[in-house]
Amino acid sequence: MPENMVEVHQLSRQFGTTRALDGLSLEVQPGLVYGLVGANGQGKTTLIKHLLGLLRAKQGSVRVFGMDPVKHPVNVLQRVGYLSEERDLPEWMRIDELLRYTAAYHPKWDQSYADELLETFGLDKARKIKELSKGMRAQAGLIAAAAHRPELLLLDEPSTGLDAVVRKDILNVIIRTVADEGRAAIFSSHLLDEVEQMSDYVFMIDQGKLVLRGNLDKIKEQHHLLSVRFATSQETLPPIDDVLSAEQHGKTWSIVCNGATQKVRESLGEIGGEVTQTRNASLQEIFVARVGRNSLSLEE
Amino acid sequence: MRIEISLQDGVPIYRQIVNQVKYLIASGQLDAGEELPPIRTLAEQLLVTPNTIVKAYGAMESEGLVYKRHGAGTYVADMKSPLARKEQKKILAQRADALLAEASQLNFTFDEVLDLLRNRHTALNKSISKESNNARKHG
Repeated sequence: MPENMVEVHQLSRQFGTTRALDGLSLEVQPGLVYGLVGANGQGKTTLIKHLLGLLRAKQGSVRVFGMDPVKHPVNVLQRVGYLSEERDLPEWMRIDELLRYTAAYHPKWDQSYADELLETFGLDKARKIKELSKGMRAQAGLIAAAAHRPELLLLDEPSTGLDAVVRKDILNVIIRTVADEGRAAIFSSHLLDEVEQMSDYVFMIDQGKLVLRGNLDKIKEQHHLLSVRFATSQETLPPIDDVLSAEQHGKTWSIVCNGATQKVRESLGEIGGEVTQTRNASLQEIFVARVGRNSLSLEE
Repeated sequence: MRIEISLQDGVPIYRQIVNQVKYLIASGQLDAGEELPPIRTLAEQLLVTPNTIVKAYGAMESEGLVYKRHGAGTYVADMKSPLARKEQKKILAQRADALLAEASQLNFTFDEVLDLLRNRHTALNKSISKESNNARKHG
């Protein structure tokens, strides 16, 4: 098994009375794309800031490439590419100045890759950052994050507020990064479709806790959506083992369950419910069933 | 290679790719010996992770749909070779077992399953011939 690039152990963080992170543990291995999903304000950015050493672990521990990122910022950050949610770039610089400035900190800077991305994105490198549109800022920030060929690419809500073309550019950079051996990407998102399409592994975070983690295909294969028909309309359903959520549509209920469906079928049969359809649940359906929030974008 | 990913029905993406390549081969849109796109190219086209493509190609290889040339690409297998035929039969037998088990669990008789298969066969043939007509019109 390859060595972990990131190891977070029992990390907790409190801001005032708010528990931003609550005993969170996770590992990241090379070769995979990790999707960090959760509604806004559930701890995704706080976690990423710990990985970058922007926040010190007060409870629990954080190791990136085996090092504490607060104690060894240079060694860690040289190997990490980061795009923040705010894309806080130096406004007064031109794009080429930003890239030269970033290159100065990164011995492994690949100018031909930077030039290739500039051309793919159609960016004019003589333009000032402050004149750029939202999409162009994301593209410029992405080149700065990726052109030193980082082993770990960390993107915080990279797609928020961007059109489909720029989102595609961002996803392609993630693909190109992990297609090179020994690299990994973590991207946080509240867009579950995007995470379902672009992740090998998912961390689902809610109220500072990991509520679900695992290989995405396995997660999908383990969660089922059952359509259940009852002869007579049911007011409520009794609690059934492995059933995560149940939603009523007239005489039919949609049930999301975890694990083998056989027992759930039997339990439903005992109360007169007949399963009329079974399929794998989508990440959106699993998220709603586990976290109980219908829309992730409401909180923006 | 035209493949469309859907996030509506919960089917793992690698499985969707396998199923659609199967369909492309069955309907003659991919020929034996034809090379499939390299992993990164298809990943970028479909906007999925390279691992998803690796998994899809791996599953196709173990199902005898494609073969890999050492240090080169992935190619559509010749389905007429006796070995491929034997592998295919094995896969179909597994599918048949699963179908029969599920049918009996849902209280379908064997004859009902046969009728269903016959109907599906007709429907599938119709959609394939429609598709190839469209391809001819647009080609």
